[in-house]
Amino acid sequence: MSWRFSTSLLVMLALLAACASNPRGELRDDTRGDTRGDIRGDIRGELRGELRGELRGTGDLGVVIERAAGRVAVVDTSAKRIIASVPGLGDLSHASVVYSRDGRYAYVFGRDGGLSKIDLLQGIIAKRIVQAGNSIGGAISQDGRMVAAQNYDPGGVKVFDAGTLELVADIPSTYGDGTRRSKVVGLADAPGNKFVFTLFDAGEIWIADLADLANSRAPKITKFANVGNQPYDGLITPDGRYYLAGLFGEDGLALLDLWQPEKGVRRILANYGKGEEKLPVYKMPHLRGWSVAGGNAYLPAVGRHEVLVVDTTTWQEVGRIAVKGQPVFVIARPDGRQVWVNFAFPDNGWVQVIDTLDNKLVKTLEPGKAVLHLEFTPRGEAVWISARDDNRVMVYDTATFDKLAELPLESPSGIFFTARAGRIGF
Amino acid sequence: MPPWFFVFLLLLLSSGFAAAEPTPQRMRELVHLVRQDCGACHGLTLKGGIGPALLPEALRDKTAESLRYAVLMGRPGTAMPPWKAFLTEDEADWIVRQLMTSFPQEGSAAK
Repeated sequence: MSWRFSTSLLVMLALLAACASNPRGELRDDTRGDTRGDIRGDIRGELRGELRGELRGTGDLGVVIERAAGRVAVVDTSAKRIIASVPGLGDLSHASVVYSRDGRYAYVFGRDGGLSKIDLLQGIIAKRIVQAGNSIGGAISQDGRMVAAQNYDPGGVKVFDAGTLELVADIPSTYGDGTRRSKVVGLADAPGNKFVFTLFDAGEIWIADLADLANSRAPKITKFANVGNQPYDGLITPDGRYYLAGLFGEDGLALLDLWQPEKGVRRILANYGKGEEKLPVYKMPHLRGWSVAGGNAYLPAVGRHEVLVVDTTTWQEVGRIAVKGQPVFVIARPDGRQVWVNFAFPDNGWVQVIDTLDNKLVKTLEPGKAVLHLEFTPRGEAVWISARDDNRVMVYDTATFDKLAELPLESPSGIFFTARAGRIGF
Repeated sequence: MPPWFFVFLLLLLSSGFAAAEPTPQRMRELVHLVRQDCGACHGLTLKGGIGPALLPEALRDKTAESLRYAVLMGRPGTAMPPWKAFLTEDEADWIVRQLMTSFPQEGSAAK
């Protein structure tokens, strides 16, 4: 990397820091003092490890959350290596990540309300704020200019300028008599610079339209009440048309057609349990990163050792696949030929693979103790799987199921690759 | 000393420790279970998540008995599952006692 490039980076970062140094109101600027020092140091040509002096793209990069250490590892999926380690990110239990649309910055949402903007190319925290007391994830807008965080406490959604992390909109999840605020789950970006999310305690789905934020200074909110009992997570289809909220308190899912929101929310798979008693659920399933393959959606059944198969044109159940435990993540390989499933405690040492051609299990793997997440490389030739209690990430070939690599990481959880930058709902 | 004295001593000791303490190894496993697996809903720091906070101040108005029951049997109508398949009653009691005072960090010596 040339000195000229480095100098212009320094100027950019200095400007960024100057613009961002005074977020308003209750937001706390938590960018650590010594981080700026690191930035200067790095620009003098002291980049750590693999990143030193290399001019490169980010399309084959990603991050792995090291949840107990409050750190993320920056990884190279071509080299299958850890290339940087970024500490100082707070409580990362249940952390999630979205990417800037240039694929350079990872926005890390921590459980403790921390929102950190990581520069993958330099392996540093470019900016960090603490925006809530208890947070659960986030999303980035269609135009890439806004990052939204979904919060448990205080309940609601906060929207930030993706460049400066300055607050641009605050949406409290007030419901009922107006004194209570619901925990917010299932936040997803939708076309038209909208965010869609679900109120766990209230049983409502809200659409926040931020397309005209510059003029109106307030998002336009559309609310759908009585969507079901205890909606625990939500997802948006890859085309951005349908939003689904999974229900914990009853069988079924709530479905909203974002092309025709005036038709309201309807219930699908309302009877998938048929009155059978549910098994105890030791970990909530996740709907994000769901799978659509061959016109079908593959969904975790709550409290059952089953994956549900749903036709996405009729939204009727077309099959069920018996699996080893209660599914947590059900994720399609990018080409849709395979669906990979991991499981809740105590079956969390297994991963199973479904061939979507005939909806049969084709492989059972044991990547390690406490498998928390899996992520495919952009075109799906490999999958990375985190095994929390074995302190490692395993990389498998998805055609042969051979192990390609094993990376030592401390309590790894979420794995997020930059290919998410270009996908709706990620 | 007569043999009955030892029986007496044993009874005295066991009555003084109504709940048997888990072994140090088991304590480490229980701390890990609570921080990581209970933490899935209640947070790694037990500050709460989709489930309520489990910090001492949040549990102040609860009895040890009701908490033990919730741990072992779950709370119907909520997402809290029963853990009795994985915990003995003594282990549940030990967990509740730790939660109500100060829950150990992983890696630190359990009290």
